Amino acid sequence: MTPPAPSAGARALALEAHASPVRREWLAFLRRLARRRTALFGLCVVAVVFVLAVGAPWVTAWDPTEQDIGSRLRAPGAADEAGRVHLLGTDHLGRDLLARIIFGARPALMVGFAAVAISGLLGLVLGLVSGYFGGRVDDVFMRLADIQLAFPFILLAIAVIGVLGPSLPVIIVVIGVSSWVVYARVVRSEVLSIREREFVQAAHALGLRDGRILVRHVLPNALTPWLVVATLDMARVIVIESALSFLGLGVQPPTPTWGGMLADGRVYISTAWWLATFPGLAILVTVLGINLFGDGLRDTLDPRLKV
Amino acid sequence: MSAYLLRRLAQSLLVLLGVSFVVFFILHLTGDPALVLLSPDATAQDIQEFRETMGFNDPFLVQYGRFLGGALRGDFGRSVRHDEPAFALVAERLPATLELAGAALLIALALAIPAGIVSAVRRNSAVDYVSTVLALLGQSMPTFWLGIMLILVFSVWLHLLPSSGRGTLEHLILPAVTLGLFTTARITRLTRSGMLEVLNQDYIRTARAKGVAGPPVVWKHALKNAAIPIVTIVGIELGTLLGGSVITETIFAWPGVGRLSVQAIYNRDYPVVQAAVFLLSTTFVLVNLVVDMLYTYLDPRIRFR
Repeated sequence: MTPPAPSAGARALALEAHASPVRREWLAFLRRLARRRTALFGLCVVAVVFVLAVGAPWVTAWDPTEQDIGSRLRAPGAADEAGRVHLLGTDHLGRDLLARIIFGARPALMVGFAAVAISGLLGLVLGLVSGYFGGRVDDVFMRLADIQLAFPFILLAIAVIGVLGPSLPVIIVVIGVSSWVVYARVVRSEVLSIREREFVQAAHALGLRDGRILVRHVLPNALTPWLVVATLDMARVIVIESALSFLGLGVQPPTPTWGGMLADGRVYISTAWWLATFPGLAILVTVLGINLFGDGLRDTLDPRLKV
Repeated sequence: MSAYLLRRLAQSLLVLLGVSFVVFFILHLTGDPALVLLSPDATAQDIQEFRETMGFNDPFLVQYGRFLGGALRGDFGRSVRHDEPAFALVAERLPATLELAGAALLIALALAIPAGIVSAVRRNSAVDYVSTVLALLGQSMPTFWLGIMLILVFSVWLHLLPSSGRGTLEHLILPAVTLGLFTTARITRLTRSGMLEVLNQDYIRTARAKGVAGPPVVWKHALKNAAIPIVTIVGIELGTLLGGSVITETIFAWPGVGRLSVQAIYNRDYPVVQAAVFLLSTTFVLVNLVVDMLYTYLDPRIRFR
């Protein structure tokens, strides 16, 4: 006699029971995140910007560096002789503004991801070590953090980039190396409470070495606040990248950058309003999307987190 | 109490020492400060002589000691461009920057604290919704873009306010609003969440149960407790404001330290850059020391830690 076939619901339950606890936690987390509509909206905005940046050459018919002095400073919607429309107008060298904005997303996202990776990793390691071992090490790192925070960041960044000369790697490293403090502080305070928990003490009692306890038991539990900080920091880094290019210390022309376009637009502010308006909107929308997603992430993972 | 303050003072001095080292190090980033300071067409002999007179051939730590000694006396060398002591040049511009940062902070506090309180007290109302959305927008908007847009609207289109320079109150409005926006947004969000947390506490419920109603609960009982994180963030935000002045001053041609240092970097006038970074950082460290003293007044528990 064969047993009756299980219902769909029962099968789903059985599947869920078989899934590893980690995966189940992730699924629950994703479900909770998906219920926050503003966070989802933010994620969609970021995804669209990302896709546009990657597929830039296929998205726009215009070459962002192709100059056409004959049709300079054309208003949004103007068409050239061939009937091709400049949806957002042209700049002072006759280049298509929309194409430049789409290509401008590339340096912004590149600096954003790379700088966050550097500072995030640096801050994670320093925060873990500082919080776990405490004492002297902790004192030294936290004083370093105070020194770092005492600097008007942007001034230090432009001073260093001014000496070394602006290039993509220099910009990434300068922003990356000088942004670790927030990560370190958040991870450290998390580790301070984790290290007193039973499972860490149990690991100690079992004779595990510190390195292994840190990586296997403390790190996974400290990752949540780190992720939130990384997301929100990405927004900050993108604004800094555009501020640097606005000052002429970002990725150099002819590569289009949002900040560089704004600097051009500022010169023509009384004759061509669109030049400064649209690149700024691109920054605003991207940063807003990241912030919305980051806020949602924080509220889902840990609403008490103060970042 | 005095032990705590002494410890904080020692910490601040340590931080300033670190700051001085980093500022000193800026010139040594490329390896040879002589090459950084001299024009590219200097001959090999020029470079050699310059190195000797500036003492760049001495050991690194000796050079740092000399730099530190100079910095303590306010001597950062002469400006390459203006042929004036670099420190005097920067100190002359400091009042303009402090004026701008102070005005921005005032605007931020005047807007953010009432907005945050009303948002928290009338949670989920239309007012709360509007202020939350505005704060989010403000936090996501690059300052330099806002500055340019304000110039476009109020100077180019409406001819209401000047777009550059310093002097009258009218000159101050646009730069101060531009610089203060991000801080306004942050303090609004912080005040709102701080008040929400405090309003749920038992002592507020007790006060209400005892018959204290409406505004007094908010002002007397809740705000003082919610003020602690706000005071902290004000100290940190002042750093943001001093740093942000670099961009805002550039946009509005405001004659402060920020604009001076951007120009100094373009002109490779590094003594001025060093003096500017050092002076702004010192200001920031001192302000945070004051903030910490305020803090002990608001939260006596801190004194005994």
